[in-house]
Amino acid sequence: MDFELDDEQAALRDAVRGLLKGYDPATNSEHRRKVTATDPGYDEALWARLAEMGLLGLPFAEADGGMGAGPVEVALVAEEIGRVLAPEPYVAAVALAGGVVAALGSDEQRAQILGEVSSGERLLAFASGQVAEPVIQGARADTIVWEVGGEVFLVDRPAGATAYRTHEGGRAARLEFDRSAATPLGSGGDAREALAAVVARARIVACHEALGAMDTALRLTTSYLTTRQQFGVTLNRFQALTFRAADMYTDLELTRSIVTWATLVAADGDADALQDASARAKLQTVRAARRIGQEAIQLHGGIGVTDEFSIGHFTSRLTALSHWLGDARDQVAALSAGIGDHGVLDPLD
Amino acid sequence: MRLRLTQEEAAFREEMRTFFTTEIPEDVRESVRTGRHIGKDGFVRTMRAMNAAGIAVPNWPLEWGGKDWTPLQKHLWHEEMQLACVPPPLAFNAGMIGPVIAHFGTQEMKERFLPATANLDIWWAQGFSEPNAGSDLASLTTRAERDGDDWIVNGQKTWTTLGQHADWMFCLCRTDPEVKKQAGISMLLFPMDSPGVTLRPIELLDGTFEVNEVFFDNVRVPGENLVGEANQGWTQAKFLLGNERVGVAPVGATKRALATAKDHAKETGALDDPLTAARFVELENALLALELTALRVVANSSDGKPHPASSVLKLKGSELQQEVTELLVDLAGPLSLASGSTTVPEWAAHTVPTYLNFRKASIYGGSNEIQRQIIAGTILGL
Repeated sequence: MDFELDDEQAALRDAVRGLLKGYDPATNSEHRRKVTATDPGYDEALWARLAEMGLLGLPFAEADGGMGAGPVEVALVAEEIGRVLAPEPYVAAVALAGGVVAALGSDEQRAQILGEVSSGERLLAFASGQVAEPVIQGARADTIVWEVGGEVFLVDRPAGATAYRTHEGGRAARLEFDRSAATPLGSGGDAREALAAVVARARIVACHEALGAMDTALRLTTSYLTTRQQFGVTLNRFQALTFRAADMYTDLELTRSIVTWATLVAADGDADALQDASARAKLQTVRAARRIGQEAIQLHGGIGVTDEFSIGHFTSRLTALSHWLGDARDQVAALSAGIGDHGVLDPLD
Repeated sequence: MRLRLTQEEAAFREEMRTFFTTEIPEDVRESVRTGRHIGKDGFVRTMRAMNAAGIAVPNWPLEWGGKDWTPLQKHLWHEEMQLACVPPPLAFNAGMIGPVIAHFGTQEMKERFLPATANLDIWWAQGFSEPNAGSDLASLTTRAERDGDDWIVNGQKTWTTLGQHADWMFCLCRTDPEVKKQAGISMLLFPMDSPGVTLRPIELLDGTFEVNEVFFDNVRVPGENLVGEANQGWTQAKFLLGNERVGVAPVGATKRALATAKDHAKETGALDDPLTAARFVELENALLALELTALRVVANSSDGKPHPASSVLKLKGSELQQEVTELLVDLAGPLSLASGSTTVPEWAAHTVPTYLNFRKASIYGGSNEIQRQIIAGTILGL
């Protein structure tokens, strides 16, 4: 068992971090606000650079125009995105919607669509149900990967689309579908099992994005505690505050362990283990995200609730991630169903 | 990154599992399984069986019976032991004074004490805490004064765990009251039946006797029983407590306790209640996150430096250990009040005494407030 990145993975992480440094809240807290103020809510020039670097095709097979990388690489990109709260819809468009095409598409569909996703020419969104809401980047997307009744279709132009801004600066839409304008993805038919696996993988990737965001939320908070003065001393002189930061750290490290483990389970390939691990990672992430998000604002005081200061945006984004691809209640329900079928849990078996 | 154990690691784990489930006296394991206290005899038989197999003191130097195991192997050894309901080797011997003597003692002292310590022929008591020196250990006032080659010890220790079984004590004493408090402390070794040593057991909330007060009235200690050099005691204490942090999160024991609780909840039908099932889910998940953190720490601490995340293990480990005892009380419900009954199920009668007893877990070994202080100060730079 080994949870550390190898040299190549660390190099990829550093390269991604370099590419995203414009969003770094410690040096440029205004940039994200500016980008999210206008449609499509992310930086299309940066999206093109992500494509140039091969990041948009990272999980897809080389034959489909991708890079053929594994879950660990995708996870570390998501973590860097979360670390600076980059609004680019990487997890939704690449890991989730792209993942569905990769799992179900015909050879031809995969080569064409994933090739264009990888090059940044085509943005995908994933939607579920006859009327789907909220669909992340549903209005901007060039193609909707649409699931209805367990079957999956490709839709270029939904029958109806109402776009809006979400609380954390993202873009989403309410989409209405008409089956006549839909092309079956792959051979068509019931795809529930394959879909569940893609969603579980994307859920774990989203946990990594949350992990990155929590890491920065804590870092910004400790930095604030060591600089902000009240009563003539910096706030880190007050144990009532530092102990709360210590609890944030504990939450963060426990989450890092379980989310990283879940990614290794995803890489390992067993379908049941993947579902279980994604539920476990998500449950822990949601619990930690709520506590860290709330404490980060509280320890910043009033500025934590302002739009100008970046810390509140972390809480907003963490809340969004907590309710996307299944919330804590869903995970507890899923895990409750199997609680009686084992004695001790053994992650090493 | 790698998910699984290597073949060698898996084989090692299997070997440990086999040993602990077949070579440790069954009556001792049964007592641990049902939450009864094991007496001195249970500890002694267990540690001797482990020592005979050469696995009682893996953290010690090789020449004194240690193993050149990786941190992961030590972790697996510790986990399998707990899962098999085997009481760990006595911490005062295996984890505390043994490594200190091996590191700081003279050759003569090592030969005199280490084999007997590994075999639990000597049962050691830890003479650290005092009525006015708990978390602030360096404020201790028990003093040792020179009398020729000997030392004369006066003062008092408290919270001396299982001191009623002890043959010897390793005792921190103030030997120089004139210097900074950390700089004037020494570690002395002496038999518990030395003239002038008086032990008074302290009864705990659950009616058991685990800790003691120990009083010293002109206790004469030969000079050769000083560990290392005079006034080196604080360094030795820090070394000892550093060792104590290895394996501090009782993951295996807590997992086993939770699995046992689940069995009871199945029997009573409580597990069919969604609220109860959800509590099990949340606890089991937090425990998984803790176990994976412990694995992360051991898998990446081969250079000898503790992984920063290791500091969360004691904090979260003790909290989860306590939460499981809490859950058991709630599962027993009104029967939890029947702690003196012989007709209600034994586990239910034990729940509240155990729950009360385990409030200790967030206090001993560096209270959770001390752990938060370490995280805030050392890791977060606050």
